Amino acid sequence: MASYMLRRFLGSLVVMWAVATLVFFMLRLVPGDPIAAMLADAGGAEEIEAMRRSLGLDRSLLVQYGIWFGNMLQGDLGNSIYGSRVPVTEALAEALPRTLSLSLLAFVIAIVIAVPAGILSATRRNSATDTTVSLLAFLGLSMPDFWLAILLIIVFAANLQWLPAIGYVPLSEGFWPWFSHLILPAIAVGTAFSAIIARMIRSSLLEVLKSDYMRTARSKGLTPRMLMFGHALPNAMIPVITVIGIAFALLISGAVVVENVFAIKGLGRVLIEGILNRDYPIVQGAVLVVSAIFVFSNLLVDLLYGVIDPRIRLN
Amino acid sequence: MTLLSVENLAIDVTRDGESHRLVHDAHFSLERGETQAVVGESGSGKSLTALAAMGLLGEGLSVASGRILFEGQDVTALSEAAHNDLRGSGIAMIFQEPMTSLNPVRSIQHQLTEGMRLKLGLSRRAARDRALELLTEVGISDPERRLKQYPHQLSGGMRQRVMIAIALSCKPRLILADEPTTALDVTIQAQILALTSRLCRDHGVGLVLITHNLGIVARHAQNVAVMYGGRVVERASARALYNDPRHPYTQGLLASVPRLDLPRDTPLRPVPGAPPDPTVPLPGCRFHPRCPWATDVCRERVPPFEAEGDHEVACWNAEVASESRRREGVA
Repeated sequence: MASYMLRRFLGSLVVMWAVATLVFFMLRLVPGDPIAAMLADAGGAEEIEAMRRSLGLDRSLLVQYGIWFGNMLQGDLGNSIYGSRVPVTEALAEALPRTLSLSLLAFVIAIVIAVPAGILSATRRNSATDTTVSLLAFLGLSMPDFWLAILLIIVFAANLQWLPAIGYVPLSEGFWPWFSHLILPAIAVGTAFSAIIARMIRSSLLEVLKSDYMRTARSKGLTPRMLMFGHALPNAMIPVITVIGIAFALLISGAVVVENVFAIKGLGRVLIEGILNRDYPIVQGAVLVVSAIFVFSNLLVDLLYGVIDPRIRLN
Repeated sequence: MTLLSVENLAIDVTRDGESHRLVHDAHFSLERGETQAVVGESGSGKSLTALAAMGLLGEGLSVASGRILFEGQDVTALSEAAHNDLRGSGIAMIFQEPMTSLNPVRSIQHQLTEGMRLKLGLSRRAARDRALELLTEVGISDPERRLKQYPHQLSGGMRQRVMIAIALSCKPRLILADEPTTALDVTIQAQILALTSRLCRDHGVGLVLITHNLGIVARHAQNVAVMYGGRVVERASARALYNDPRHPYTQGLLASVPRLDLPRDTPLRPVPGAPPDPTVPLPGCRFHPRCPWATDVCRERVPPFEAEGDHEVACWNAEVASESRRREGVA
């Protein structure tokens, strides 16, 4: 198990490096010149050249990559080359907690809804409950998250005025202010995720309920609760956890979009502004962070396998 | 009181609004501490009969008529909750596939003790102590270590021993063993069978041994019921059945078992043809398309069950068949 963990961890580092490198070169292939964007036709050729030199953009691509990579290893992601010239790490440090708060809350809400819904529709297959859950899941999957976000704002913020429509308040200023600002975006982000997980739990459970070992468990005369939580779910969750890992990426990308609707200055906002401004360091940093979240949430999933499945843990 | 009595049991399957009869007439009974074998080929309805007694018939399957009396109580009429109370502590079951019958993600300890804690009200500690005893009893060495292990760390034979321990754990009065050795190595089969039957005898537990192999029941069962096409066609003591099989199907089964007491070059004779398709109506005796003695009456009317002493058979031509076999045996 220890060597498995080490291998997986090293593998994740390689993936991270590949992503960082890819982003660096891809950005430079994208049409558009950051200097042109910054000076907006105002400067002459000399000024452009001077600025290019001061930002290090006049050197060869490989040298630029080497410098950037070396700095990155030391935790220096450079400064924004646009506007305030804030260090990238600072911009990200400000944005990251917002996106993480949003994603994690969305995740928790989604799981809290999906697990009972999946269990209900599997154990009462083809009943009215099952049909209702399937229908809701279908609806949840089909609604674009930004549209759902707007709908939620109209109903709960504009009409009912129960919750604030936009903005973000850090958790340090109290749970309720934080929660009340995040609950609507979290629902908007988590709905599709919840639908996927509920469907997955249903189909996985149906498979497990047919198995020989469930028949054995039933032959012991166990209570329905023991059958579900002691035998069926631990097995059914194994494939579900895989999907959770993959769908977490969906959650993050959903958060990036929904942040914009709710005017939360998270990673999504930072990333989009960075791209519009051709702000290379900002985009590189933001993509790096997003990919780190993705890679390490998958690593976490792999480690969870070991916890839940003794066949992996003990081999 | 008779421990288990299956009376004229019929089981139907309903799929897409269409209904077919899978078991037409199963009947046998056994007393406490006895072993009753139920023999037949795949699809003869023997496993379904056992599952019906457990109340674990799958989706679409239902008891259409007849009764299953366990200690005088008809279990087919029980509510699901009442039937569940009986499972494990009244009737326990050992399944065919040890490789898939244990939960892969729960420890042996969990799977062995959960029933005892629920049904016998044992504490965690007491259940663990009893689990260790049971593992020792079913011949598993180093039980302390095995308790902590998971099914994938055990061989097929060991898993089946664990299954036997689980079946015994809640002190049932009856164990239904559904082909408990089919999936195992030949060398392990005899051990597991001997173990099951010895433990049932020692604990005074009735055993219904379901198998397709007539050869293995001779030593372990007092009585045998032979099933064919969803119907019990012959019922007798094991001795009577082996010495004087009356039904042509039973004769065919015996002729297809290799025997050490006959010359080595004696050819095995398979029963020709295939078992009947339950979705196709078949009037008369269900064995007649494969029967060497079939006459017109066999094709038209279901033979009644006729008893001669303790030996019962459902065949229009039992006399002829049995006479012919005796002559052959002499020759």
